[in-house]
Amino acid sequence: MALLQISEPGQSPAPHQARLAVGIDLGTTNSLVATVRNGVPTVLPDAYGRPLLPSIVRYRSDGPAEVGYAAQAHQSEDPRNTIVSVKRFMGRGVKDVAHLENAPYDFVDAPGMLQLRTAAGVRSPVEVSAEILKVLRARAEESLGGSLAGAVITVPAYFDDAQRQATKDAGALAGLNVLRLLNEPTAAAIAYGLDNGAEGLYAVYDLGGGTFDVSILKLSKGLFEVVATSGDSMLGGDDFDQRLFCWAVEQAKLPPLEARDMRRLVVKAREAKEYLSLHAQAQITSRLSTGDLVDLTIDTETFCSITHNLVQKTLVPVRKALRDAGLSVRDIKGVVMVGGATRMPQVQRAVAEFFGRDPLNNLDPDKVVALGAAMQANVLAGNRAPGDDWLLLDVIPLSLGLETMGGLVEKILPRNTTLPAARAQEFTTFKDGQTGMSFHVVQGERELVSDCRSLARFELKGIPPMAAGAARVRVTFQVDADGLLSVTAGENTTGAEASITVKPSYGLADADIERMLRESVEHAKEDVHARALAESRVEAERLLEATFSALEADAALLSATEKALIEEKMAALRSVVAGQDHRAIRKASEALNRATDEFAARRMDAGIRKALAGRRIGSL
Amino acid sequence: MNAKVDIQPVTLTEKAAEHVRSFLAKRGKGVGLRVGVRTSGCSGLAYKLEFADVVNADDRQFESHGVKILVDEKSLPYVEGTELDYTREGLNEGFKFRNPNVKDECGCGESFNV
Repeated sequence: MALLQISEPGQSPAPHQARLAVGIDLGTTNSLVATVRNGVPTVLPDAYGRPLLPSIVRYRSDGPAEVGYAAQAHQSEDPRNTIVSVKRFMGRGVKDVAHLENAPYDFVDAPGMLQLRTAAGVRSPVEVSAEILKVLRARAEESLGGSLAGAVITVPAYFDDAQRQATKDAGALAGLNVLRLLNEPTAAAIAYGLDNGAEGLYAVYDLGGGTFDVSILKLSKGLFEVVATSGDSMLGGDDFDQRLFCWAVEQAKLPPLEARDMRRLVVKAREAKEYLSLHAQAQITSRLSTGDLVDLTIDTETFCSITHNLVQKTLVPVRKALRDAGLSVRDIKGVVMVGGATRMPQVQRAVAEFFGRDPLNNLDPDKVVALGAAMQANVLAGNRAPGDDWLLLDVIPLSLGLETMGGLVEKILPRNTTLPAARAQEFTTFKDGQTGMSFHVVQGERELVSDCRSLARFELKGIPPMAAGAARVRVTFQVDADGLLSVTAGENTTGAEASITVKPSYGLADADIERMLRESVEHAKEDVHARALAESRVEAERLLEATFSALEADAALLSATEKALIEEKMAALRSVVAGQDHRAIRKASEALNRATDEFAARRMDAGIRKALAGRRIGSL
Repeated sequence: MNAKVDIQPVTLTEKAAEHVRSFLAKRGKGVGLRVGVRTSGCSGLAYKLEFADVVNADDRQFESHGVKILVDEKSLPYVEGTELDYTREGLNEGFKFRNPNVKDECGCGESFNV
């Protein structure tokens, strides 16, 4: 007979109706699946009792892909077809990935996302990730004795739209109903927050295989709020392996290595790194295909010194997140450690020193994200215990806005707005009789469109012809709980509507995010000037346009000298409008404005006379 | 308490009791384990297995290896004498009902007849 689990009071499922839900930590190095069973979040191990599944997929020309330990076993002998750390390629183009030349793969530069040529054909990172998810899904279904109602998959807080979308697609491809994407540090906080009943401000320091994230979270009475996030999606445990590998190559004075030897030595470096977390020294021994023997000994002191700047590099985003949240180190009540790389004693020490307190590490740093995701999945699948109705708030990493006239950015949703979020703003037409508007959705902190990232463009048509500035177009930005953006534009009088779901074909590289944030601070003054210039140009062009159409219509109201004066001022304005001096443009605009004052008054009078002509006062 | 002498208690194996105690401890609250039946399913009746936060007026209480087991009056005739075990089948694990009252059950065993 079936095996039953204990439910919360009044929550016993009807037969065959148990809503099985899992949380999946789709990691760069290892992946895990967890569920809430008998009220306790648990990681589901494989048939050999191993909780981790190495995120490695090996493609073969004859037969199905191998995933996990089986693929790892062939890593050195078949590096070209054995894909490791595929998460780094999710939603990325060839140009976005650092150290691509060190990876032994045959990359294909496809529009949107790079692809890999393998023995089984060309595969996208989404397909490779789906292979990993399929194995976890099968493991979960076998462990829980039924098919899954849904899954929560975790992503780094810094993943952009393209990377999130790619992750969601991989879930769908693996036959999973993705209930939600959840930021990894938030998942860790769920695991810690609920387990320990902790309240206050916490930092989550997540040094995984390939990504580093730091989040500042506010926990209070079951309410989770991410107040700031920062990170470096090109920094992780793999970089420590790489550093150790480079050290070994230098020490042993090795010539450039072929892919297989390189992979073999990196694996040895990783083993040595893990050994050094618990021992004073480690051995790196490997016989290369050239017959050369590498036999080195490294002690913790040397390892600390060659990785010192990597550890220090993690503290930069930590400071930034604190600054973003307007907090100092003293406000932080505790630090949560996530990711296998935080086992390194030098990392623990650096974090303890920075925050002036020992970090929380009583949950397994490899499992904590999956456990939190499982708890969230359990709630979303409807297996909610009474009183467990906690809410989850996340933030957007970069401001989202629209391009307006003059190449300026109007920010609609500022950075660190909590998710899900929706905000609307009204825009209007620039020219008389304008019947369409085109929208350009951008992401970034700078004032000018050219300095921000373009996400999408779409058009609204069918605006009734009206005077410039009369139409009311309402644009709504909506970001769902997964961090995916949709933009809707509607004209109020006709109900004409257009919308777009932003699925950028090309993701924002992390370097871009960092560069854009840094530049927004560095260029603040420059930007103020650029904005003033662009605004004065828009105003000048609007004025020229209006004066031109007034002259077309009512030149008869002016004497020849008056008309000549206005035309002279228009010419003067035209001559400065392309220049860089916003004060000159403002001045010329004001001159034209003054020159047309009298003309405008006469046009108004004429208009009134025309409206009143032939009417008696009493009929008005 | 009007204890009828012919009622057979609901019991846990030692292994099952160990798991229940650990689940209750991790959950942080609860007075015991509620065992019962309700009508539904392809074969008539379905088991109810829940954490208990309160003892109701119509509950029968049993004690097994230090775990309090609550069974409501209406369910009692269908589950009396049942022993719950905690077992592992492949990757799956959970509670198994050894119920002497069951005449037949559906293929999956999630519902049964008496």
